[in-house]
Amino acid sequence: MQNFIKNLAQENDFQATRLLKILRGVQTKYLHIPKDAIEQLAELLNIPRTQIQNVVEFYSFFHLQPRGQYDILISSSITDLMVGQEELVNYFAEKLGLKIGEVRADGVVSLNNTSCTGMCDQSLAGLVNGYAITKLTKSRIDEIVENVNKQLPLEQWSRDLFDVQDNIIKSDLLLNQKPTQGEAINATFARGLMETLNEVEKSGLRGRGGAGYTTAWKWKFCHEENAIQRYIVCNADEGEPGTFKDRVLLNSYADSVFEGMTVAAAIIGATQGFIYLRGEYLHLYEKLEGILQARRNANLLGKNILQHGFDFDIEICLGAGAYICGEESALIESLEGKAGIPRNRPPYPVVSGYLNKPTSVNNVETFLAAANIAIHGGEWFANLGTAKSKGTKILSISGDCAKAGIYEYPFGTTIQTILNDCGASDVLGVQVGGPSGTFIANDEFERKIAFEDLATGGSFIVFNNSRNILDIVHNFSHFFAHESCGFCTPCRVGTSLLKKQVDKIVEGHGSAGDIVALEELCQLIKNYSHCGLGQTAANPVLTTLERYPELYQSMLKKISYEPGFDLDKSLETARRMAHRDDAHAHLAQVED
Amino acid sequence: MSKTIVIDGKVIPFEDGQTIIQAATAAGVYIPHLCHNPKFTPHGSCKLCTVKVNGRNCSACTFPASEGQNITNISEELNDDREKITQMLFVEGNHFCPSCEKTGNCNLQAVAYHLGMTDNHFPHFFENREVDASHPDVMIDHNRCIFCTLCVRASQQEDGKNVFAISGRGIEKRLVVNSPSGLLRDSDLDVNDCAAHICPTGAILIKRTGYNVPIGQRIFDHAHIDTVALAAEGASHDE
Repeated sequence: MQNFIKNLAQENDFQATRLLKILRGVQTKYLHIPKDAIEQLAELLNIPRTQIQNVVEFYSFFHLQPRGQYDILISSSITDLMVGQEELVNYFAEKLGLKIGEVRADGVVSLNNTSCTGMCDQSLAGLVNGYAITKLTKSRIDEIVENVNKQLPLEQWSRDLFDVQDNIIKSDLLLNQKPTQGEAINATFARGLMETLNEVEKSGLRGRGGAGYTTAWKWKFCHEENAIQRYIVCNADEGEPGTFKDRVLLNSYADSVFEGMTVAAAIIGATQGFIYLRGEYLHLYEKLEGILQARRNANLLGKNILQHGFDFDIEICLGAGAYICGEESALIESLEGKAGIPRNRPPYPVVSGYLNKPTSVNNVETFLAAANIAIHGGEWFANLGTAKSKGTKILSISGDCAKAGIYEYPFGTTIQTILNDCGASDVLGVQVGGPSGTFIANDEFERKIAFEDLATGGSFIVFNNSRNILDIVHNFSHFFAHESCGFCTPCRVGTSLLKKQVDKIVEGHGSAGDIVALEELCQLIKNYSHCGLGQTAANPVLTTLERYPELYQSMLKKISYEPGFDLDKSLETARRMAHRDDAHAHLAQVED
Repeated sequence: MSKTIVIDGKVIPFEDGQTIIQAATAAGVYIPHLCHNPKFTPHGSCKLCTVKVNGRNCSACTFPASEGQNITNISEELNDDREKITQMLFVEGNHFCPSCEKTGNCNLQAVAYHLGMTDNHFPHFFENREVDASHPDVMIDHNRCIFCTLCVRASQQEDGKNVFAISGRGIEKRLVVNSPSGLLRDSDLDVNDCAAHICPTGAILIKRTGYNVPIGQRIFDHAHIDTVALAAEGASHDE
């Protein structure tokens, strides 16, 4: 093992920033991160062993105890549950002869649940040794069990199991473009860098991850910082349950995304870029590496790109199962080889980001839009959309609809239009923006996709009237408790308390005061948490409680709380003994 | 003319680079806190020091003071919410003040009194947490750790070591020791290290000193935490 670890560290130039990549290598080879490996790496990388321990314990895909040779994870997103996830996972476990979460006694296979793997349009989905598997049915599960029991190498499994479809159903402004390689870069230099930045500003482009910060400002601030080195980062940690559009963009539009990054780098003055690819998209890694290499060969990356006197290259960094890394400062921590804990702000990443240098972190879709804006100009983009939300938005539509997949719409499109297009009927409601977004009831379908109305990073999950809203809330509360990084008290403790409180009500153990307690807890988590995860973790409860209070009430035990004795009367002896009869010596039977 | 911020209607001067809590402490204004200690890099995790800056919640220990800030530190809403955050810390760990050696010297307990906390409000987690009594002079009772990272920072920034760290995710978070065995015994912690004495709760205790100071003669038996904190931390700002 010693030599293996040493070579691995050497391949990564003994850089502590590459810790996740190194640990991925160790996990793949030894099925866990052995204690000795941690000791050796601490020495080789010159970091405390506790930093490595923390990274191993923080990310879901690293383990201190060995997993099976085939480590199977099944997505437990709400859309997976809607296709019978629970029954299928139980079936899977039974066929494999193990319990969920465990490694089979022979060490060959392990099975567990995992957060949304970004395949909601082809549920039930999962991962085998990190590689995506889709559309799981009992017969496909049988096939996998057979492969596992035969110990057939992954390469010999039917390719069909790993088939991932793009499912692009509706294209508009961006998805219709197929620019030639280098077109955006050449257009940028022909027009001038600052002139192109002006075009991006004119386009009104705002961040497509959901927060909606004006892209041109981010680039401008980053550019204006006094620094020798700056970084450009593509956030491809698409972890919001129900979102999968970045998966499709990287599968079919990667050249344009990389071109957008290159344009951004030229504008802000960065020579190094990173694409932070969520671990669940391992299946895209080799393909993307190939595209990057082809771009280097074509002088679209590397030194003196297309003779414009500008150097830039892109490195792919894989995540390891942590939703929080979609938050830009947590992502930067992760890029630095640490646990993904959001930083205190200010300073913002554009001032002090990766290695404390100015860093612009933008979404995959933002770069795609930027590349096309560099070619066609700002007006081309700004012509579509609303006054405050320019251009189009690419949605990932899943759930109860005839055609799940990718849809591109101009901002301002109504929910009803989208529901008609995707073939949804008898709709109960739509979760717009994923668990951290908003639940929309069926009397609100005239609302619009726009930053000023319903902002979304792209997640759009449709529920029909056969669904129970509390099941949805239950799933989302568990998700946030599982994904909280644990840094701040309100989120660390609060999301776990919220999970318990939701369980209590959903399981029918709630009584009169429990809804008030639930709402109070939600407000606390929302108002005091350190980052966007905590600030939105209570949204599933808050947005549904507002719309369906009677539903929550109906789950409570019909009896209101009735103590079996007279509280105030039973204090009488105490009052007599203490010679007290003031207000504080009395207790009301029922609290106000 | 020096720059100023306003806290609860009081005009308070600040210097560039100061956080809100630094400016407040220097002016004799107490903002409840647990993970903050002016000697070390601010952490911003306990969220007790949350104040309203022009209507927006910010952590006073990390947020820079700047001209034009109108800050609310004392209000019924903030006090109630700080109390609930403190209650969260109480139910997350296993805190039994009457049987804890730190009682009367404990910041968590003193802040709870300051905020008028009379119960734990939330359901208890009752997690099984361990005690590490392996070190000859110092012990860790994980039941009482609130993940404030003061020991982590003290060890790095004051002792020039790296004895402690926080590991794990979410509610699974825990204090870990930088030694091959993970035990305190095998770390390079010395009983005289700042990190051994900085714990605001009873999670890190010095052995054989229990009850040297009798209950009734302890720090918070005679003074409230606001007075104690301002005296100690105001002074260290002046250093």
